[in-house]
Amino acid sequence: MSGQPQADERVAFALPRTMTGASLHFCPGCHHGIIHRLVGECLEKNNLGESTICVGSVGCSVFIYNYIDVDAVEAPHGRAPAVATGVKRARPDRFVFGYQGDGDLAAIGFSEIMHCANRGENVTIVFVNNTVFGMTGGQMAPTTLVGQRTTTSPGGRNMNTDGAPLNMSELIASLEGTAFSARVAVNSIKNIKQGKKALQKAYRAQSGEQGFSFIEFLSACPTNWKMDPLQANEHVGQTLVQRFPLGVFKDIVE
Amino acid sequence: MSSKPGPISLTKGNEAIAKGALAAGLHCYFAYPITPQSDIPEYLSKHLVERGGEFIQAESEIASVNMLLGAAACGKRAMTSSSSPGIALKQEGISYMAGSELPAVIVNISRGGPGLGSIDPSQGDYYQATRGGGHGDYRTLVLAPSTCQEAYDLTIRAFELAFYHRNPVVILGDAILGQMKEPLKEWEYQPNTEREAADWALSGAKDRPSRLIKSLYLADEALAGHNERLQAKHERMRQDLDWEEYATEDSEVLVVAFGSVGRIAKSSVRKLRSQGYRVGLLRPITLFPFPEERIRELAWSNRLITIENNTGQMVDDVRLAARNVADSAFFGVSPGRLPSPEDFLQPILEVWEQEEARK
Repeated sequence: MSGQPQADERVAFALPRTMTGASLHFCPGCHHGIIHRLVGECLEKNNLGESTICVGSVGCSVFIYNYIDVDAVEAPHGRAPAVATGVKRARPDRFVFGYQGDGDLAAIGFSEIMHCANRGENVTIVFVNNTVFGMTGGQMAPTTLVGQRTTTSPGGRNMNTDGAPLNMSELIASLEGTAFSARVAVNSIKNIKQGKKALQKAYRAQSGEQGFSFIEFLSACPTNWKMDPLQANEHVGQTLVQRFPLGVFKDIVE
Repeated sequence: MSSKPGPISLTKGNEAIAKGALAAGLHCYFAYPITPQSDIPEYLSKHLVERGGEFIQAESEIASVNMLLGAAACGKRAMTSSSSPGIALKQEGISYMAGSELPAVIVNISRGGPGLGSIDPSQGDYYQATRGGGHGDYRTLVLAPSTCQEAYDLTIRAFELAFYHRNPVVILGDAILGQMKEPLKEWEYQPNTEREAADWALSGAKDRPSRLIKSLYLADEALAGHNERLQAKHERMRQDLDWEEYATEDSEVLVVAFGSVGRIAKSSVRKLRSQGYRVGLLRPITLFPFPEERIRELAWSNRLITIENNTGQMVDDVRLAARNVADSAFFGVSPGRLPSPEDFLQPILEVWEQEEARK
């Protein structure tokens, strides 16, 4: 993908060495690609490429190992924080991060994420919240907004029968084992820059052995939201942030 | 692998397993409390940590088996233990580890089921252990100790086999084994763990291409090839077959029983031998692979009876082994009832009498 520059060209924006350069399989307008890129850029910036073990999960990001060029293990659905715990305890000298979607982390994997954070495991979890189960076709997730129509909430999410959306960053910030918890978005240049800064901080929490670090990325899902990429991007900034406010909810990183 | 004699002590079966795991170089242990195996986490919470290993009492059986997966992916000697319903919860992780070709030891000190059942001895998990238990086309090696000494020895063996085959190994015991105290002779063993996972374990992609451990094979034909490779591995496991035979030189009735019940049945056989009955015993030590060829050989000259502390599970494998040669009678003591050697005398004698009548 990253061809060599021609004689009259110069490289303005090189691919991080921590990324393979394989073409992303994500739908047009999906934010996973940007978030993958930030994960790769921060690994390179911190010179972690040769000492990282990535824990993949089940969902749209299942192929993260095709894009981030580090050692990786695949976790069963929802179990990435438990697998990451095992990896980190076996290799405390390595940088360990997991990457999970909202169905994976907040539904089937709720127990594993909460206890991993509560133990203060010295790992980083990147959480991508697009308010739906993406890969299985847009079903309702624990993060689906009240009133949001999905393939399993055709009348819109109903507070009385489905409960309210879970705000994971705030929940995780409330635990003593957590060193860093923040929610960011990548729907604008400004937010991408802030997101990268927060991700750097999350990585630093682990490198400094300060405890569990968590970063939630709000992400667009044009396909399952039945929007075009621009509409979906706007929806993140106008609607999602109302329920899921951006910000740092806990930061004890020195 | 080298060994020399170690201390002798009066030790519970559960502790023998924990000691065996430590002797085998256990580095990480993850588990959740459940009777009748809680002595294992209790013992390791002290002794593993004292040796610089990692101990986590996980939030669930599911979390503990996935921690095991993570540590195994780093090539460390790692173990979890539980009892029947807890092992049921671990099956997803065991399937993933088999699919990802990861070595790990899973101990099941089983209890009565179905459901919450009881904490009494039971062999009701034979199917679960030998048929994989989880989803997909895989096998785990299954070792069934019958004494505390064997529990110790086979735990060490389990780690050797797990790393040799890159596959999960199940140790299947029951409450009799787990809670019984016997003299245990430890032996010092220097596992050569330094390089055993060097060519596949995750450690960070320094001076080599990045590594990937996974069980997902989506491309056309990819999963078929993977399954065929796994199947070839399951065949190779036959080289590690193990069983005990007692008084089979001239036997006319062969008792087949495993684990604690195999030991109880041995007492029954011994008693019948002293009364002049030519009765023998075969006790499978590996339940997968199963000693089917030997059972088939013996089936030519023996009438068979399978005895289990369940309603009939291993008897299926005995009948498959002896197919077209002989059938096997079955005597089962239901889970929730503790069998004694006397319980087995009459059922064995009935088979003996059938054999006499045939002559």
